[in-house]
Amino acid sequence: MAAAAAAPGPGSRPGDSPEGPEAEAPERRRKAHGMLKLYYGLSEGEAAGRPSGPDPLDPTDLNGAHFDPEVYLDKLRRECPLAQLMDSETDMVRQIRALDSDMQTLVYENYNKFISATDTIRKMKNDFRKMEDEMDRLATNMAVITDFSARISATLQDRHERITKLAGVHALLRKLQFLFELPSRLTKCVELGAYGQAVRYQGRARAVLQQYQHLPSFRAIQDDCQVITARLAQQLRQRFREGGSGAPEQAECVELLLALGEPAEELCEEFLAHARGRLEEELRSLEAELGPSPPAPDVLEFTDHGGSGFVGGLCQVAAAYQELFAAQGPAGAEKLAAFARELGSRYFALVERRLAQEQGSGDNSLLVRALDRFHRRLRAPGALLAAAGLAEAATEIVERVARERLGHHLQGLQAAFLGSLTDVRQALAAPRIAGKEGPGLAELLANVASSILSHIKASLASVHLFTAKEVSFSNKPYFRDQSPVTPVSTLCAEARETARRLLTHYVKVQGLVISQMLRKSVETRDWLSTLEPRNVRAVMKRVVEDTTAIDVQVGLLYEEGVRKAQSSDSSKRTFSVYSSSRQQGRYAPSYTPSAPMDTNLLSNIQKLFSERIDVFSPVEFNKVSVLTGIIKISLKTLLECVRLRTFGRFGLQQVQVDCHFLQLYLWRFVADEELVHLLLDEVVASAALRCPDPVPMEPSVVEVICERG
Amino acid sequence: MEDDAPVIYGLEFQVHVIDFDDENNIINKTVLLHQAGEIWHISASPADRGVLATCYSQAADSKVVTCAAVWRMPAELEPGSQESPEDAASPAHALELLCLLEPAARGSTACVAWEPAGDGKRVVSLADSHILLWDLEGSSSQATLASSASLEGKGQLKFTTGRWSPHHNCSQVATANDTAIRGWDTRTMSQIYCIESAHGQLVRDLDFNPNKQYYLASCGDDCKVKFWDTRNVAEPVKTLEEHSHWVWNVRYNHSHDQLVLTGSSDSRVILSNMVSISSEPFGHLVDDDDLSDQEERRLEEKSQEPPQDSVIATYEEHEDSVYAVDWSSADPWLFASLSYDGRLVINRVPRALKYHILL
Repeated sequence: MAAAAAAPGPGSRPGDSPEGPEAEAPERRRKAHGMLKLYYGLSEGEAAGRPSGPDPLDPTDLNGAHFDPEVYLDKLRRECPLAQLMDSETDMVRQIRALDSDMQTLVYENYNKFISATDTIRKMKNDFRKMEDEMDRLATNMAVITDFSARISATLQDRHERITKLAGVHALLRKLQFLFELPSRLTKCVELGAYGQAVRYQGRARAVLQQYQHLPSFRAIQDDCQVITARLAQQLRQRFREGGSGAPEQAECVELLLALGEPAEELCEEFLAHARGRLEEELRSLEAELGPSPPAPDVLEFTDHGGSGFVGGLCQVAAAYQELFAAQGPAGAEKLAAFARELGSRYFALVERRLAQEQGSGDNSLLVRALDRFHRRLRAPGALLAAAGLAEAATEIVERVARERLGHHLQGLQAAFLGSLTDVRQALAAPRIAGKEGPGLAELLANVASSILSHIKASLASVHLFTAKEVSFSNKPYFRDQSPVTPVSTLCAEARETARRLLTHYVKVQGLVISQMLRKSVETRDWLSTLEPRNVRAVMKRVVEDTTAIDVQVGLLYEEGVRKAQSSDSSKRTFSVYSSSRQQGRYAPSYTPSAPMDTNLLSNIQKLFSERIDVFSPVEFNKVSVLTGIIKISLKTLLECVRLRTFGRFGLQQVQVDCHFLQLYLWRFVADEELVHLLLDEVVASAALRCPDPVPMEPSVVEVICERG
Repeated sequence: MEDDAPVIYGLEFQVHVIDFDDENNIINKTVLLHQAGEIWHISASPADRGVLATCYSQAADSKVVTCAAVWRMPAELEPGSQESPEDAASPAHALELLCLLEPAARGSTACVAWEPAGDGKRVVSLADSHILLWDLEGSSSQATLASSASLEGKGQLKFTTGRWSPHHNCSQVATANDTAIRGWDTRTMSQIYCIESAHGQLVRDLDFNPNKQYYLASCGDDCKVKFWDTRNVAEPVKTLEEHSHWVWNVRYNHSHDQLVLTGSSDSRVILSNMVSISSEPFGHLVDDDDLSDQEERRLEEKSQEPPQDSVIATYEEHEDSVYAVDWSSADPWLFASLSYDGRLVINRVPRALKYHILL
């Protein structure tokens, strides 16, 4: 099968013939097939014996170049059986017929084209013949023309040379005439004041005169010219020095002088000196505006004057200088920079003095506009005189002013804040007129908040002017980089933290006030020899009153807050809890001296299960939490004070009454009434421990006394 | 090891001598009767371990008066004697009265302080507004008033507590009354400094830094512990605000003064490491090693970050207000605290910190 694939069959298409570079591929394929054959047991020799590749020189190839019909026929006859011969014959006949019909079609198709092509060729032959004749005629004409032209130029040659010479002489003569006329022309120019013209003439003649100065006549002209030029220079200098005629004219003078070959160095100095004079004039006028008296023109006008007068002048000077003395190189530029720096710094000093006078005023918009103008004006010379660093200095000034403004606003805000606080304090401290209710705390708070807010907003608005887009310096790093406003969250956090500290402090202070009252009341009383209690002590009533007052005060500012669920019950229940716990012997056993250990044990066990009370713990922003804090501090103080004293029987009973009274009235203020209960129990228990004769009062009596109070 | 603790105990007043065996972690207790009355203050003689002074209150004519006296423990019960501890049931021994520190003008004695380095012959007692210096003679059997001074001022001024400075040849005593701390020179009995409003509220306790002669710690009802330089009393050197209620006690460790112990009625005991104001702020700078190494060591130590002041530990074993804390006089790493409910807690300084300080 490999051989069948490789051998080109008689019907193989012409494109299939492996020629040229493709000849190697079958070689390789054969090798691979050889391996396959080896595998399948076919002998190599048998495979090799077959003519597998079509030989390009094979004369038996019908489509090959070297096809030899005789050989082919001979081969067919010799090799093929009859049937195959017949087959190939019919096949061949069929092919020949097909080819014949193909050829016929082609001939028919192209017949018309052949005819027209033949016509065209005939016509062309005629035309070419005509053209050839005309070309010959053209060639002869051209030859005649060339001949004529040569003759003409030969005749004109002589005259042309003479004309050229004459023209040269004429030019020379005109030059000479110019030279001879030069002194008078120069004089005339000088008289008329046309210095520019004069300098131009002089410039044109100078080189020639220089060259021919060995000729006496030229020498004389040159001398004359020099005299006149000297006069001219003199006059120019004169004009230059007079200086009143303004910068452009001066610049012209300098230009002319330079053209006359005056030393540039000196002129440069003089030019700057003159410019300085003028600019100083401007500065003086600015300073006069500044004056010792209050400034008449506003700051905007001032910066406008400065901008147009001084900065404009400086710009002109710089531009003229750079134009005139460009040849001076870096040294000249440095001179100009130094000049600009010196005058600029004086200008800045003046501007700063003026701006300093603005510090007090409240209007930012005018200032910002003035600064904007100032900064804008200075950008032009800044570009012109990069080395002098005027723009940077200007930006610095603007920045400084802005900083000062910010400081001013901050101060203003602080003052306003303090002011509103003082107002509040006065409102609080002012003696109440009978019948007339003072402003409520909530109202005061709202007032303070709104006034602070409006102040901050106003300041922010006026500070925002500095960073407005259209202001020329708003893209400077100082104005751009810093985040525009402190984030609100930070402010809120700060305010919250401050409020928390304030409130905690308030709790401490109020707690301390009540604590002091309780401490004094416990410390100063002689508890051993006190009488049987008939009443709640006045100090306890005072404590309750004060607590109520604080409650009202705090209630004005803060929400109620959350209580533990149980406290929603009535005081009745609370009371019963309190008394029952007492009856159950929270400290009852301690009255029998025989079992002191039990008391300790009991209270210890109790404490094991009760949570530790953080007395000075931070408070939340609600009424209940604030009051809980105050009451905790007060009761803890009471407890500690009681432990330091020794009580008689009635002393103990008094404490009992007092605590019951406090229990009756304080529970409603706190978040967790259990807390008050616990602390008061502790107080009574401690008092009992500190009593050598602990006989408690009957709970019913205690109740009666308290209710009576 | 010894720890004296006043305990209010029914109507019987006792002094308990607690003996703590460090190695076996055993606590032994000896109960001594104090028959005179309930004890408000107690201080042991620095020279004689059998001698102690108490301030006690007596109810007389339905009035409570606080007196002071010097006592001796029965000899065989002196701590250190190898006798086995008493059985709780056995009758307790009574303290033997040596002498009364009876002020001429009767007032309530708040505090008795022994001369720290002396031979147990000099005692200061604070009675109401008087500061009294006593000489004890005849092995403390007789007390004579050597000198006294009193506070002058508006209202009833009362001393609350006092400490005897171990520096300046034991010539200075610091006292507290209300919110002020005052320093006294015992030679002239005149005031040498005064810290008005040292605390926002009552000053509860004072202690002198054992190693830095001008440093004084104070604590009070404003929940703060403050450290003072007595040469400049305008501002405290340092303030601690760790407690949430009155601080009743502040004590410097006797040898490592960066360790400060405080006890408060918030039932907590706090051990603080006040490195920045201690006498050894960056560890020991000079070692026994040869001098050439010293330079290098200094450089090394400078490169180290100086340790920060910090709270080392908060002890919350007490269920009620802690009224007394003190360091052991024998082992610098041991301390005890006592609370209202009579619980005595003995703690050690954390081992890591101990090694950090030592090494």
